[in-house]
Amino acid sequence: MPDWLIIRTFWELTVTGLALGSIYALVALGYTLVYGVLRLINFAHSEIFMVGTFGALLASSQFLSIPLLEDGNYPYRTGMTLIIFLVFIMLIAMLFSGIGAVVLERVAYRPLRGNGDAFGAIVLAFLTAFIVSLVFVDQAKINVIIALLATAPISYAYMRFFKQGRKAPRLAFLISAIGASTAISEAVGVWSKHGRDQYQTPRLLEKKTLFTMFGTDVRIDYAIVIVGALLMMTALTLFVNKTRLGRGVRAVAQDAETSRILGVNVDLIIIVTFALGGVMAGGAAMLFTLVYDQTRFNIGFILGVKSFTAAVLGGIGNLKGALLGGLLLGLVENYGSAIFGGQWKDVIAFVVLLVVLMFRPTGLLGESLGKARV
Amino acid sequence: MSEVLLDFNNVTMQFGGVTALNEVSLQIKQGEILGLIGPNGAGKTTCFNVMTGVYAPTLGTVSFEGKNLAKLKRFEITKVGIARTFQNIRLFSEMTALENVMVGADARKKASVGGAILRTSRQRHEEKESRERSMELLQFMGISDRAETAARNLPYGYQRRLEIARALATEPKLLCLDEPAAGFNPAEKEELNELILKIREQGYTVLLIEHDMNVVMKVSDRVAVLDFGQKIADGLPADVRNNPAVIAAYLGVEDNAS
Repeated sequence: MPDWLIIRTFWELTVTGLALGSIYALVALGYTLVYGVLRLINFAHSEIFMVGTFGALLASSQFLSIPLLEDGNYPYRTGMTLIIFLVFIMLIAMLFSGIGAVVLERVAYRPLRGNGDAFGAIVLAFLTAFIVSLVFVDQAKINVIIALLATAPISYAYMRFFKQGRKAPRLAFLISAIGASTAISEAVGVWSKHGRDQYQTPRLLEKKTLFTMFGTDVRIDYAIVIVGALLMMTALTLFVNKTRLGRGVRAVAQDAETSRILGVNVDLIIIVTFALGGVMAGGAAMLFTLVYDQTRFNIGFILGVKSFTAAVLGGIGNLKGALLGGLLLGLVENYGSAIFGGQWKDVIAFVVLLVVLMFRPTGLLGESLGKARV
Repeated sequence: MSEVLLDFNNVTMQFGGVTALNEVSLQIKQGEILGLIGPNGAGKTTCFNVMTGVYAPTLGTVSFEGKNLAKLKRFEITKVGIARTFQNIRLFSEMTALENVMVGADARKKASVGGAILRTSRQRHEEKESRERSMELLQFMGISDRAETAARNLPYGYQRRLEIARALATEPKLLCLDEPAAGFNPAEKEELNELILKIREQGYTVLLIEHDMNVVMKVSDRVAVLDFGQKIADGLPADVRNNPAVIAAYLGVEDNAS
């Protein structure tokens, strides 16, 4: 057993496990919400998280102009400034992920529901034209101009095609999800400033011990992650249970057809659902960069798979299940890697999933956004 | 002559090779209770589904206060003022009775994402309004004592009435009831009759699809009869009851034998 594992105590593993688990849980909420409403596994949700980490990076390094290192030291901020900065960065990350999720729904899923609209057609047409023009022209500015010019006719053609009102088979949604996932992460990998390299995010916060519990030093960033995640989840639960739109989300999750006949605007509810999932992923993304100080074009992949696992573990479609599954997965991974060694971390997570699903096929708390005592 | 609310104009509905409705014309007038009857498979429920926008008619038009329903999206049909209940109960089973009704009431409110997040005073006010209105409807239907019970745990009779309360919450002009008396005992049917009359007194127009002749004949102002997708009679309950074609349809006498 390597040395560093012996130094780590049980409580230390618990704290870091809970922090990691909180991030899983927040991302898992996105999978669970969309599954609850559309019975669709939104595989591209992991990239929504990735977009959020880049949103956080842009917010801190560009909008707030915080350098990676100031005079060779970390650009630590303190007090009120720190809080305002953190909140600002989180809001921007949420905005990126939220918009990302809504655009994804419009472009990748809504046309397949036989419900395509001009917005989705225009975005899709622009992207198509842009990508095609890249093959022929090597200058970004000219590409954009070509894409803009080609957008109108192509989007018109797409509209004609989308408006047929036919619902695509289930498999088409899955393929669209996987395609969108690859497309988003590759787009960032190819076109962002440093391409496929790792990006460092500025470290605003001195990662010192906040308090000591059971002989373990609890670092301030872990505390922020856990508390922040719990606050966001509470807010989401209140939104779903107490507001009119939340009621709509639950109604559509239980019976979309009846909701529609009762005058619920199902397409709007679907947008709201994607936006909620996106905002949660954006929050998770900001908390992630706070702890790990880095991001990369493919950062969403493994984390997305884990979060999806967490959602299934707790019972997909169930908001409390996402929380439970996320925290449990974070803890089990940490304890497991301490016992068996870090290289087994990912294996342990999936073994736990398999064992749980053998005994409880619908996850620990069962499926139930629709059947919602959320 | 009162105003025509819903106008079914030569509607034909085909599913593949099967003709479920064949050139049916039907009018529902403001403030009346229209009973729609017919043997199993006569096309009653299809008629209903066309009316509430579940299907678009193959031929012909359905218009509501002069608006062509085929041009509206399904959730917009609720907004113009048509509400329905289901033959097989379709409540949101995990929500409370009150919440079920509130989903219906929400159809009349403007959904604002910002308002929902920021809890603006208008939002809170509207939420309170929906809650009160929904509670009133539960009282009106006589089921307010179980307002906080999950719909799936309600007794059968309560579930049927809850469906009606939920439909009324959308503030319809026309309320369509699809076999509301199914599975009721005679005493319950009697109560239901009174309820339907009470609903009409409140100013709603009611379309009633029913198997049970007693219910239909007692409460309807006018009765239309469908058989094999065609309208075979339309008139006062007493006249329809004695109409030979209707008797033939119900007793299964062949047309050419008479």
